[in-house]
Amino acid sequence: MRSMREALAGFRRTPLLCVLSIGAIGLSLVILGLFGLVAHNIGGAIGDVERRVEVVGYLLDDAGSEKVRAARRELEALPAVESVRYVSKDEALERARRDLVEFSDVYGELRVNPLPASFHLRLREGFRTPETVSETAGTLAAYPFVEEARFGDEWVERLFALRSAATGIALALGGGFALIAVLLIVTTVRMAILARGEEIEIMQIVGAREGYIQRPFLLEGAVTGLAGGLLALGVTRLAYVVFPIRFAAIESLAWLPHLWTAAGVAAAALLGLLAAAYSVHREVGRAYGPS
Amino acid sequence: MISLRGVSKAYPRSGDALRGVSFRLRKGEFAFLTGPSGAGKSTVLELIHFQTRPTEGEVQVSRYNSRRVRRRDIPALRRRVGFVFQDFKLLERLTAAENVAFALEVIGTPRREIAGRVQRLLSQVGLAARHRSRPSELSGGERQRVAVARALATEPRILLADEPTGNLDPDAAGGVFELFRMLNRLGTAVLMATHDADFVRRHPDIRRLELEDGRLARDSAA
Ligand SMILES: Nc1ncnc2c1ncn2[C@@H]1O[C@H](COP(=O)(O)OP(=O)(O)OP(=O)(O)O)[C@@H](O)[C@H]1O
Ligand SMILES: [Mg+2]
Repeated sequence: MRSMREALAGFRRTPLLCVLSIGAIGLSLVILGLFGLVAHNIGGAIGDVERRVEVVGYLLDDAGSEKVRAARRELEALPAVESVRYVSKDEALERARRDLVEFSDVYGELRVNPLPASFHLRLREGFRTPETVSETAGTLAAYPFVEEARFGDEWVERLFALRSAATGIALALGGGFALIAVLLIVTTVRMAILARGEEIEIMQIVGAREGYIQRPFLLEGAVTGLAGGLLALGVTRLAYVVFPIRFAAIESLAWLPHLWTAAGVAAAALLGLLAAAYSVHREVGRAYGPS
Repeated sequence: MISLRGVSKAYPRSGDALRGVSFRLRKGEFAFLTGPSGAGKSTVLELIHFQTRPTEGEVQVSRYNSRRVRRRDIPALRRRVGFVFQDFKLLERLTAAENVAFALEVIGTPRREIAGRVQRLLSQVGLAARHRSRPSELSGGERQRVAVARALATEPRILLADEPTGNLDPDAAGGVFELFRMLNRLGTAVLMATHDADFVRRHPDIRRLELEDGRLARDSAA
Protein backbone atom coordinates (compact mmCIF):
# COMPACT_ATOMS: atom_id res chain seq x y z
CA MET A 1 0.00 0.00 0.00
CA ARG A 2 2.66 2.49 1.11
CA SER A 3 4.98 1.15 -1.59
CA MET A 4 2.33 1.66 -4.24
CA ARG A 5 1.62 5.20 -3.05
CA GLU A 6 5.30 6.06 -3.17
CA ALA A 7 5.86 4.41 -6.51
CA LEU A 8 3.09 6.59 -7.92
CA ALA A 9 4.64 9.65 -6.26
CA GLY A 10 7.73 8.78 -8.30
CA PHE A 11 5.75 9.15 -11.51
CA ARG A 12 4.58 12.57 -10.46
CA ARG A 13 8.09 13.69 -9.63
CA THR A 14 9.69 12.84 -12.97
CA PRO A 15 6.82 12.47 -15.44
CA LEU A 16 8.94 13.01 -18.56
CA LEU A 17 11.45 10.32 -17.66
CA CYS A 18 8.66 7.95 -16.76
CA VAL A 19 6.91 8.54 -20.06
CA LEU A 20 10.18 8.03 -21.93
CA SER A 21 10.86 4.80 -20.07
CA ILE A 22 7.39 3.48 -20.70
CA GLY A 23 7.64 4.57 -24.34
CA ALA A 24 10.98 2.86 -24.86
CA ILE A 25 9.86 -0.39 -23.30
CA GLY A 26 6.64 -0.11 -25.27
CA LEU A 27 8.44 0.52 -28.56
CA SER A 28 10.82 -2.36 -28.00
CA LEU A 29 7.91 -4.68 -27.38
CA VAL A 30 5.81 -3.31 -30.24
CA ILE A 31 8.62 -4.28 -32.60
CA LEU A 32 8.77 -7.74 -31.09
CA GLY A 33 4.99 -7.87 -31.02
CA LEU A 34 4.59 -7.02 -34.70
CA PHE A 35 7.30 -9.47 -35.59
CA GLY A 36 5.59 -12.03 -33.42
CA LEU A 37 2.33 -11.38 -35.20
CA VAL A 38 3.93 -11.85 -38.60
CA ALA A 39 6.01 -14.81 -37.47
CA HIS A 40 3.05 -16.48 -35.89
CA ASN A 41 1.06 -16.15 -39.10
CA ILE A 42 3.72 -16.95 -41.66
CA GLY A 43 5.00 -19.68 -39.39
CA GLY A 44 2.07 -21.71 -40.61
CA ALA A 45 2.68 -20.68 -44.21
CA ILE A 46 6.34 -21.49 -44.07
CA GLY A 47 5.58 -24.83 -42.54
CA ASP A 48 3.20 -25.44 -45.40
CA VAL A 49 5.77 -24.57 -48.02
CA GLU A 50 8.40 -26.60 -46.27
CA ARG A 51 6.11 -29.57 -46.26
CA ARG A 52 5.82 -29.27 -50.00
CA VAL A 53 9.57 -29.28 -50.53
CA GLU A 54 10.26 -32.37 -52.58
CA VAL A 55 13.37 -34.03 -53.84
CA VAL A 56 12.65 -35.54 -57.24
CA GLY A 57 14.74 -38.15 -59.01
CA TYR A 58 14.10 -38.97 -62.70
CA LEU A 59 14.76 -42.55 -63.64
CA LEU A 60 16.31 -43.94 -66.77
CA ASP A 61 13.90 -45.92 -68.91
CA ASP A 62 15.92 -49.10 -68.64
CA ALA A 63 15.84 -49.22 -64.84
CA GLY A 64 14.68 -52.67 -63.86
CA SER A 65 11.56 -52.80 -61.72
CA GLU A 66 13.35 -55.08 -59.22
CA LYS A 67 16.11 -52.50 -58.65
CA VAL A 68 13.59 -49.70 -58.42
CA ARG A 69 11.62 -51.49 -55.72
CA ALA A 70 14.79 -52.16 -53.72
CA ALA A 71 15.89 -48.55 -54.06
CA ARG A 72 12.52 -47.38 -52.88
CA ARG A 73 12.77 -49.48 -49.73
CA GLU A 74 16.25 -48.11 -49.06
CA LEU A 75 15.11 -44.54 -49.56
CA GLU A 76 12.13 -45.03 -47.29
CA ALA A 77 14.47 -46.25 -44.56
CA LEU A 78 16.46 -43.01 -44.59
CA PRO A 79 15.86 -41.09 -41.34
CA ALA A 80 15.20 -37.81 -43.13
CA VAL A 81 12.65 -39.24 -45.52
CA GLU A 82 8.99 -39.10 -44.67
CA SER A 83 7.57 -40.69 -47.81
CA VAL A 84 8.59 -41.88 -51.23
CA ARG A 85 6.14 -41.70 -54.08
CA TYR A 86 6.83 -43.51 -57.33
CA VAL A 87 5.39 -42.01 -60.49
CA SER A 88 5.55 -44.37 -63.45
CA LYS A 89 6.00 -43.26 -67.05
CA ASP A 90 2.29 -43.79 -67.72
CA GLU A 91 1.21 -41.84 -64.71
CA ALA A 92 3.55 -39.03 -65.71
CA LEU A 93 1.99 -38.86 -69.13
CA GLU A 94 -1.48 -39.03 -67.70
CA ARG A 95 -0.73 -36.16 -65.46
CA ALA A 96 0.88 -34.12 -68.18
CA ARG A 97 -2.23 -34.49 -70.30
CA ARG A 98 -4.39 -33.38 -67.46
CA ASP A 99 -2.25 -30.50 -66.20
CA LEU A 100 -1.14 -29.11 -69.52
CA VAL A 101 -4.39 -28.91 -71.41
CA GLU A 102 -2.88 -26.77 -74.15
CA PHE A 103 -0.56 -29.59 -75.07
CA SER A 104 -2.98 -32.47 -74.64
CA ASP A 105 -3.19 -32.81 -78.42
CA VAL A 106 0.54 -33.12 -78.70
CA TYR A 107 0.69 -35.75 -75.97
CA GLY A 108 -2.31 -37.50 -77.42
CA GLU A 109 -0.58 -38.13 -80.74
CA LEU A 110 2.62 -39.42 -79.25
CA ARG A 111 3.64 -42.94 -80.10
CA VAL A 112 6.42 -43.08 -77.59
CA ASN A 113 6.10 -41.78 -74.05
CA PRO A 114 8.96 -39.25 -73.63
CA LEU A 115 8.39 -38.71 -69.91
CA PRO A 116 10.60 -40.53 -67.38
CA ALA A 117 9.38 -42.34 -64.30
CA SER A 118 10.32 -40.59 -61.05
CA PHE A 119 10.71 -40.80 -57.28
CA HIS A 120 9.21 -37.99 -55.20
CA LEU A 121 10.71 -37.77 -51.73
CA ARG A 122 9.18 -35.77 -48.92
CA LEU A 123 11.27 -35.00 -45.87
CA ARG A 124 10.31 -35.30 -42.28
CA GLU A 125 9.71 -32.21 -40.16
CA GLY A 126 12.98 -31.02 -38.66
CA PHE A 127 14.88 -32.35 -41.70
CA ARG A 128 13.60 -29.75 -44.13
CA THR A 129 16.83 -27.77 -44.10
CA PRO A 130 18.86 -26.83 -47.17
CA GLU A 131 21.66 -29.20 -46.10
CA THR A 132 19.47 -32.26 -45.68
CA VAL A 133 17.62 -31.48 -48.89
CA SER A 134 20.79 -31.40 -50.98
CA GLU A 135 22.24 -34.38 -49.12
CA THR A 136 19.15 -36.43 -49.89
CA ALA A 137 19.31 -35.32 -53.52
CA GLY A 138 22.91 -36.54 -53.58
CA THR A 139 21.93 -39.94 -52.22
CA LEU A 140 19.22 -40.20 -54.83
CA ALA A 141 21.52 -39.16 -57.69
CA ALA A 142 24.03 -41.79 -56.66
CA TYR A 143 21.81 -44.62 -57.94
CA PRO A 144 23.03 -45.59 -61.41
CA PHE A 145 19.52 -45.68 -62.83
CA VAL A 146 18.71 -42.16 -61.57
CA GLU A 147 19.38 -39.79 -64.41
CA GLU A 148 18.94 -36.60 -62.47
CA ALA A 149 17.88 -35.43 -59.00
CA ARG A 150 16.29 -32.04 -58.50
CA PHE A 151 15.06 -29.86 -55.71
CA GLY A 152 14.14 -26.24 -55.36
CA ASP A 153 17.47 -25.54 -53.74
CA GLU A 154 17.84 -21.80 -54.15
CA TRP A 155 14.29 -21.30 -53.24
CA VAL A 156 14.54 -23.31 -50.06
CA GLU A 157 17.67 -21.49 -49.03
CA ARG A 158 16.11 -18.10 -49.67
CA LEU A 159 13.14 -18.98 -47.58
CA PHE A 160 15.32 -19.89 -44.66
CA ALA A 161 17.61 -16.88 -45.11
CA LEU A 162 14.60 -14.59 -45.18
CA ARG A 163 13.28 -15.99 -41.99
CA SER A 164 16.55 -15.79 -40.10
CA ALA A 165 17.19 -12.25 -41.37
CA ALA A 166 13.76 -11.16 -40.19
CA THR A 167 14.35 -12.77 -36.81
CA GLY A 168 17.73 -11.09 -36.54
CA ILE A 169 16.41 -7.66 -37.38
CA ALA A 170 13.50 -7.94 -34.98
CA LEU A 171 15.73 -9.15 -32.18
CA ALA A 172 18.32 -6.43 -32.79
CA LEU A 173 15.74 -3.63 -32.93
CA GLY A 174 13.73 -4.99 -30.02
CA GLY A 175 16.89 -5.59 -28.01
CA GLY A 176 18.21 -2.11 -28.78
CA PHE A 177 15.07 -0.45 -27.52
CA ALA A 178 14.96 -2.78 -24.53
CA LEU A 179 18.47 -1.62 -23.66
CA ILE A 180 17.44 2.02 -23.96
CA ALA A 181 14.43 1.26 -21.79
CA VAL A 182 16.62 -0.33 -19.13
CA LEU A 183 18.95 2.68 -19.08
CA LEU A 184 15.99 5.04 -18.79
CA ILE A 185 14.49 3.08 -15.91
CA VAL A 186 17.84 2.91 -14.15
CA THR A 187 18.00 6.70 -14.41
CA THR A 188 14.38 7.25 -13.38
CA VAL A 189 14.76 5.14 -10.28
CA ARG A 190 18.08 6.78 -9.50
CA MET A 191 16.40 10.20 -9.63
CA ALA A 192 13.62 8.94 -7.39
CA ILE A 193 16.17 7.68 -4.90
CA LEU A 194 18.17 10.92 -4.97
CA ALA A 195 14.98 12.95 -4.53
CA ARG A 196 14.29 10.97 -1.38
CA GLY A 197 17.86 10.88 -0.16
CA GLU A 198 17.11 12.53 3.17
CA GLU A 199 14.28 10.19 4.02
CA ILE A 200 16.30 7.15 3.01
CA GLU A 201 19.18 8.28 5.20
CA ILE A 202 16.89 8.71 8.19
CA MET A 203 15.28 5.33 7.57
CA GLN A 204 18.69 3.71 7.51
CA ILE A 205 19.79 5.51 10.68
CA VAL A 206 16.74 4.55 12.75
CA GLY A 207 16.91 0.92 11.61
CA ALA A 208 14.31 0.41 8.88
CA ARG A 209 14.79 -2.88 7.06
CA GLU A 210 16.43 -2.77 3.66
CA GLY A 211 13.46 -4.40 1.99
CA TYR A 212 11.13 -1.78 3.43
CA ILE A 213 13.32 1.00 2.06
CA GLN A 214 13.80 -0.55 -1.36
CA ARG A 215 10.33 -1.87 -2.11
CA PRO A 216 8.77 1.38 -3.42
CA PHE A 217 11.61 1.83 -5.91
CA LEU A 218 11.50 -1.75 -7.12
CA LEU A 219 7.76 -1.40 -7.50
CA GLU A 220 8.22 1.81 -9.48
CA GLY A 221 10.50 -0.05 -11.91
CA ALA A 222 8.14 -2.98 -12.24
CA VAL A 223 5.12 -0.73 -12.76
CA THR A 224 6.98 1.27 -15.41
CA GLY A 225 7.84 -1.97 -17.20
CA LEU A 226 4.29 -3.24 -16.88
CA ALA A 227 2.90 0.02 -18.29
CA GLY A 228 5.32 -0.28 -21.22
CA GLY A 229 4.24 -3.86 -21.79
CA LEU A 230 0.56 -2.98 -21.79
CA LEU A 231 1.24 -0.02 -24.08
CA ALA A 232 3.00 -2.36 -26.52
CA LEU A 233 0.14 -4.80 -26.34
CA GLY A 234 -2.35 -2.01 -27.09
CA VAL A 235 -0.33 -0.62 -30.01
CA THR A 236 0.23 -4.05 -31.51
CA ARG A 237 -3.45 -4.82 -31.21
CA LEU A 238 -4.27 -1.49 -32.84
CA ALA A 239 -1.90 -2.22 -35.72
CA TYR A 240 -3.51 -5.61 -36.06
CA VAL A 241 -6.98 -4.12 -36.32
CA VAL A 242 -6.18 -1.04 -38.40
CA PHE A 243 -3.79 -2.44 -41.02
CA PRO A 244 -5.37 -5.39 -42.78
CA ILE A 245 -2.12 -7.05 -43.73
CA ARG A 246 -2.71 -10.04 -45.93
CA PHE A 247 -0.37 -12.74 -46.94
CA ALA A 248 -0.77 -14.63 -50.14
CA ALA A 249 -1.82 -17.82 -48.50
CA ILE A 250 -3.54 -16.44 -45.44
CA GLU A 251 -7.11 -15.23 -45.50
CA SER A 252 -7.06 -13.25 -42.28
CA LEU A 253 -4.36 -12.71 -39.71
CA ALA A 254 -4.63 -14.61 -36.48
CA TRP A 255 -4.06 -12.70 -33.22
CA LEU A 256 -1.12 -13.78 -31.08
CA PRO A 257 -1.53 -16.73 -28.72
CA HIS A 258 -2.36 -15.59 -25.17
CA LEU A 259 0.80 -17.21 -23.90
CA TRP A 260 2.91 -14.93 -26.10
CA THR A 261 1.20 -11.70 -25.06
CA ALA A 262 1.22 -12.66 -21.39
CA ALA A 263 4.91 -13.57 -21.60
CA GLY A 264 5.69 -10.26 -23.32
CA VAL A 265 3.95 -8.14 -20.70
CA ALA A 266 5.50 -10.17 -17.86
CA ALA A 267 8.93 -9.80 -19.46
CA ALA A 268 8.47 -6.03 -19.58
CA ALA A 269 7.56 -5.88 -15.89
CA LEU A 270 10.52 -8.09 -15.05
CA LEU A 271 12.85 -5.91 -17.09
CA GLY A 272 11.63 -2.84 -15.19
CA LEU A 273 12.10 -4.62 -11.89
CA LEU A 274 15.66 -5.68 -12.75
CA ALA A 275 16.61 -2.20 -13.95
CA ALA A 276 15.25 -0.74 -10.70
CA ALA A 277 17.06 -3.38 -8.65
CA TYR A 278 20.32 -2.38 -10.28
CA SER A 279 19.77 1.28 -9.37
CA VAL A 280 18.63 0.47 -5.85
CA HIS A 281 21.62 -1.76 -5.31
CA ARG A 282 23.98 1.01 -6.36
CA GLU A 283 22.34 3.93 -4.60
CA VAL A 284 20.81 2.51 -1.45
CA GLY A 285 23.01 -0.46 -0.65
CA ARG A 286 26.06 1.47 0.48
CA ALA A 287 24.75 2.66 3.86
CA TYR A 288 25.04 -0.80 5.37
CA GLY A 289 28.73 -1.04 4.65
CA PRO A 290 30.42 -4.04 3.09
CA SER A 291 29.23 -7.41 4.33
CA MET B 1 27.83 -3.01 26.06
CA ILE B 2 30.17 -1.30 23.57
CA SER B 3 33.74 -2.32 23.09
CA LEU B 4 36.38 -1.36 20.56
CA ARG B 5 39.43 -3.61 20.41
CA GLY B 6 42.48 -2.37 18.51
CA VAL B 7 40.34 -0.57 15.98
CA SER B 8 42.00 1.08 12.98
CA LYS B 9 40.17 2.69 10.13
CA ALA B 10 41.89 3.68 6.91
CA TYR B 11 40.20 5.56 4.10
CA PRO B 12 41.49 5.01 0.56
CA ARG B 13 42.54 8.61 -0.06
CA SER B 14 42.76 10.33 3.34
CA GLY B 15 44.71 7.57 5.08
CA ASP B 16 44.30 6.49 8.71
CA ALA B 17 41.33 8.07 10.46
CA LEU B 18 41.83 5.84 13.53
CA ARG B 19 44.81 3.84 14.78
CA GLY B 20 44.59 1.12 17.40
CA VAL B 21 41.70 2.54 19.40
CA SER B 22 40.43 0.40 22.30
CA PHE B 23 37.88 1.25 24.98
CA ARG B 24 34.71 -0.06 26.58
CA LEU B 25 31.52 1.74 27.44
CA ARG B 26 29.36 0.01 30.04
CA LYS B 27 25.63 -0.23 30.33
CA GLY B 28 24.15 3.08 31.45
CA GLU B 29 27.49 4.93 31.29
CA PHE B 30 27.96 8.51 30.07
CA ALA B 31 31.13 9.59 28.26
CA PHE B 32 32.40 12.51 26.24
CA LEU B 33 34.40 11.82 23.10
CA THR B 34 36.67 14.79 22.56
CA GLY B 35 39.50 15.89 20.29
CA PRO B 36 40.28 18.47 17.63
CA SER B 37 38.65 18.49 14.24
CA GLY B 38 39.74 15.48 12.21
CA ALA B 39 40.77 13.50 15.30
CA GLY B 40 38.32 10.73 14.44
CA LYS B 41 35.32 11.36 16.70
CA SER B 42 32.69 10.92 14.01
CA THR B 43 34.49 7.86 12.70
CA VAL B 44 34.26 6.20 16.15
CA LEU B 45 30.51 6.87 16.31
CA GLU B 46 29.96 5.60 12.77
CA LEU B 47 31.82 2.40 13.61
CA ILE B 48 29.65 1.82 16.68
CA HIS B 49 26.56 2.39 14.53
CA PHE B 50 27.94 0.00 11.90
CA GLN B 51 27.75 2.64 9.20
CA THR B 52 31.28 1.58 8.36
CA ARG B 53 33.58 -1.31 9.38
CA PRO B 54 37.04 -1.21 10.92
CA THR B 55 40.04 -1.91 8.72
CA GLU B 56 41.65 -3.69 11.68
CA GLY B 57 40.42 -4.78 15.08
CA GLU B 58 36.77 -5.23 16.01
CA VAL B 59 33.77 -3.39 17.31
CA GLN B 60 31.32 -5.16 19.58
CA VAL B 61 27.92 -3.67 20.38
CA SER B 62 25.85 -5.90 22.67
CA ARG B 63 25.76 -9.16 20.74
CA TYR B 64 26.78 -7.73 17.38
CA ASN B 65 30.40 -8.01 16.30
CA SER B 66 31.79 -6.12 13.33
CA ARG B 67 33.64 -9.20 12.08
CA ARG B 68 30.64 -11.47 12.03
CA VAL B 69 27.62 -9.21 11.64
CA ARG B 70 25.30 -10.02 8.75
CA ARG B 71 23.93 -7.25 6.66
CA ARG B 72 20.35 -8.10 7.50
CA ASP B 73 21.04 -7.80 11.24
CA ILE B 74 22.17 -4.21 11.00
CA PRO B 75 18.68 -2.65 11.19
CA ALA B 76 18.05 -4.49 14.47
CA LEU B 77 21.38 -3.23 15.82
CA ARG B 78 20.56 0.34 14.85
CA ARG B 79 17.27 0.17 16.72
CA ARG B 80 19.26 -0.44 19.90
CA VAL B 81 21.63 2.44 19.18
CA GLY B 82 20.05 5.88 18.71
CA PHE B 83 21.94 8.51 16.74
CA VAL B 84 21.78 12.30 17.00
CA PHE B 85 23.53 14.68 14.59
CA GLN B 86 24.88 18.18 14.83
CA ASP B 87 22.59 19.30 11.99
CA PHE B 88 19.50 17.46 13.34
CA LYS B 89 18.57 15.85 10.00
CA LEU B 90 14.87 16.55 10.41
CA LEU B 91 12.52 16.45 7.42
CA GLU B 92 11.58 20.08 6.83
CA ARG B 93 8.19 19.40 5.30
CA LEU B 94 7.01 17.41 8.32
CA THR B 95 5.92 18.68 11.74
CA ALA B 96 7.73 17.74 14.92
CA ALA B 97 5.20 15.02 15.61
CA GLU B 98 5.39 13.72 12.03
CA ASN B 99 9.17 13.56 12.16
CA VAL B 100 8.95 11.31 15.19
CA ALA B 101 6.07 9.34 13.70
CA PHE B 102 8.14 8.77 10.54
CA ALA B 103 10.75 6.86 12.52
CA LEU B 104 8.09 4.78 14.26
CA GLU B 105 6.38 4.01 10.98
CA VAL B 106 9.48 2.88 9.08
CA ILE B 107 10.44 0.41 11.78
CA GLY B 108 7.01 -1.15 11.52
CA THR B 109 5.20 0.19 14.60
CA PRO B 110 1.49 -0.70 14.42
CA ARG B 111 -0.40 2.32 13.13
CA ARG B 112 -2.75 2.66 16.09
CA GLU B 113 0.17 2.85 18.55
CA ILE B 114 2.00 5.63 16.74
CA ALA B 115 0.08 8.72 17.88
CA GLY B 116 0.29 7.79 21.56
CA ARG B 117 3.97 7.01 21.40
CA VAL B 118 4.77 10.23 19.54
CA GLN B 119 3.06 12.20 22.28
CA ARG B 120 4.97 10.40 25.02
CA LEU B 121 8.30 10.86 23.23
CA LEU B 122 7.73 14.57 22.67
CA SER B 123 6.72 15.04 26.34
CA GLN B 124 9.87 13.23 27.38
CA VAL B 125 12.02 15.83 25.58
CA GLY B 126 9.83 18.71 26.82
CA LEU B 127 8.22 19.54 23.48
CA ALA B 128 4.65 18.31 23.83
CA ALA B 129 3.31 21.81 23.19
CA ARG B 130 5.17 22.25 19.91
CA HIS B 131 4.19 18.98 18.22
CA ARG B 132 2.53 20.74 15.28
CA SER B 133 5.44 23.06 14.49
CA ARG B 134 7.72 22.45 11.54
CA PRO B 135 11.49 22.50 12.07
CA SER B 136 11.69 25.96 10.48
CA GLU B 137 9.37 27.26 13.20
CA LEU B 138 11.50 25.82 16.02
CA SER B 139 14.67 27.08 17.70
CA GLY B 140 17.91 25.12 17.33
CA GLY B 141 17.54 23.63 20.80
CA GLU B 142 13.96 22.60 20.07
CA ARG B 143 14.95 21.00 16.79
CA GLN B 144 17.59 18.98 18.52
CA ARG B 145 15.00 17.84 21.07
CA VAL B 146 12.81 16.62 18.22
CA ALA B 147 15.80 14.75 16.82
CA VAL B 148 16.41 13.18 20.23
CA ALA B 149 12.75 12.18 20.49
CA ARG B 150 13.09 10.53 17.08
CA ALA B 151 16.26 8.73 18.15
CA LEU B 152 14.39 7.43 21.21
CA ALA B 153 11.55 6.05 19.09
CA THR B 154 13.20 2.64 18.89
CA GLU B 155 13.80 2.60 22.68
CA PRO B 156 17.57 2.33 22.29
CA ARG B 157 19.84 1.26 25.14
CA ILE B 158 22.60 3.48 23.74
CA LEU B 159 22.52 7.03 22.42
CA LEU B 160 25.30 8.28 20.17
CA ALA B 161 25.47 12.04 19.66
CA ASP B 162 27.83 13.67 17.17
CA GLU B 163 28.38 17.28 18.25
CA PRO B 164 24.71 17.60 19.27
CA THR B 165 25.30 21.05 20.75
CA GLY B 166 27.60 22.28 17.99
CA ASN B 167 24.96 24.45 16.35
CA LEU B 168 23.37 25.70 19.56
CA ASP B 169 23.88 28.77 21.77
CA PRO B 170 25.12 28.03 25.30
CA ASP B 171 21.65 28.07 26.86
CA ALA B 172 20.15 25.66 24.34
CA ALA B 173 23.29 23.51 24.50
CA GLY B 174 22.93 23.30 28.28
CA GLY B 175 19.29 22.31 27.89
CA VAL B 176 20.04 19.49 25.41
CA PHE B 177 22.88 18.29 27.60
CA GLU B 178 20.58 18.17 30.63
CA LEU B 179 18.19 16.13 28.54
CA PHE B 180 20.97 13.62 27.86
CA ARG B 181 21.80 13.49 31.60
CA MET B 182 18.16 12.81 32.38
CA LEU B 183 17.94 10.03 29.78
CA ASN B 184 21.19 8.62 31.14
CA ARG B 185 19.76 8.55 34.67
CA LEU B 186 16.85 6.57 33.23
CA GLY B 187 19.33 3.96 32.04
CA THR B 188 20.44 4.90 28.52
CA ALA B 189 24.19 4.84 27.87
CA VAL B 190 25.34 8.06 26.15
CA LEU B 191 28.44 8.68 24.06
CA MET B 192 28.64 12.32 23.08
CA ALA B 193 31.26 13.66 20.70
CA THR B 194 32.15 17.30 21.22
CA HIS B 195 35.07 19.61 20.66
CA ASP B 196 33.76 22.20 23.12
CA ALA B 197 36.59 22.05 25.68
CA ASP B 198 34.95 24.51 28.11
CA PHE B 199 31.81 22.48 28.19
CA VAL B 200 33.71 19.30 28.99
CA ARG B 201 35.78 21.03 31.68
CA ARG B 202 32.61 22.15 33.45
CA HIS B 203 31.60 18.52 33.90
CA PRO B 204 34.64 16.83 35.41
CA ASP B 205 32.45 14.06 36.84
CA ILE B 206 31.81 12.71 33.35
CA ARG B 207 34.20 10.27 31.73
CA ARG B 208 36.21 11.73 28.90
CA LEU B 209 37.73 9.83 25.96
CA GLU B 210 40.17 12.06 24.18
CA LEU B 211 41.22 11.39 20.59
CA GLU B 212 44.26 12.89 18.99
CA ASP B 213 45.10 12.28 15.38
CA GLY B 214 43.23 8.97 15.32
CA ARG B 215 44.66 7.64 18.61
CA LEU B 216 43.02 7.43 22.00
CA ALA B 217 45.30 9.90 23.82
CA ARG B 218 43.55 9.94 27.19
CA ASP B 219 40.75 8.11 28.99
CA SER B 220 39.76 9.77 32.24
CA ALA B 221 38.40 6.46 33.55
CA ALA B 222 41.63 4.57 32.98
N1 LIG C 1 34.06 8.93 4.41
C1 LIG C 1 35.34 9.32 4.51
N2 LIG C 1 36.17 9.19 3.46
C2 LIG C 1 37.46 9.58 3.56
N3 LIG C 1 38.00 10.11 4.64
C3 LIG C 1 37.23 10.29 5.72
C4 LIG C 1 35.85 9.91 5.71
N4 LIG C 1 35.33 10.19 6.93
C5 LIG C 1 36.33 10.74 7.65
N5 LIG C 1 37.46 10.78 6.93
C6 LIG C 1 38.75 11.29 7.43
O1 LIG C 1 39.03 10.69 8.66
C7 LIG C 1 39.60 11.61 9.57
C8 LIG C 1 38.75 11.69 10.82
O2 LIG C 1 37.50 12.26 10.49
P1 LIG C 1 36.31 12.42 11.54
O3 LIG C 1 35.16 12.95 10.79
O4 LIG C 1 36.14 11.16 12.28
O5 LIG C 1 36.89 13.53 12.51
P2 LIG C 1 36.12 14.33 13.64
O6 LIG C 1 36.94 14.15 14.86
O7 LIG C 1 34.73 13.94 13.69
O8 LIG C 1 36.26 15.80 13.11
P3 LIG C 1 35.21 17.03 13.26
O9 LIG C 1 35.39 17.55 14.65
O10 LIG C 1 35.67 18.01 12.25
O11 LIG C 1 33.85 16.49 13.01
C9 LIG C 1 39.69 12.94 8.83
O12 LIG C 1 40.99 13.09 8.37
C10 LIG C 1 38.74 12.77 7.67
O13 LIG C 1 39.22 13.47 6.55
MG1 LIG D 1 32.89 14.84 13.20
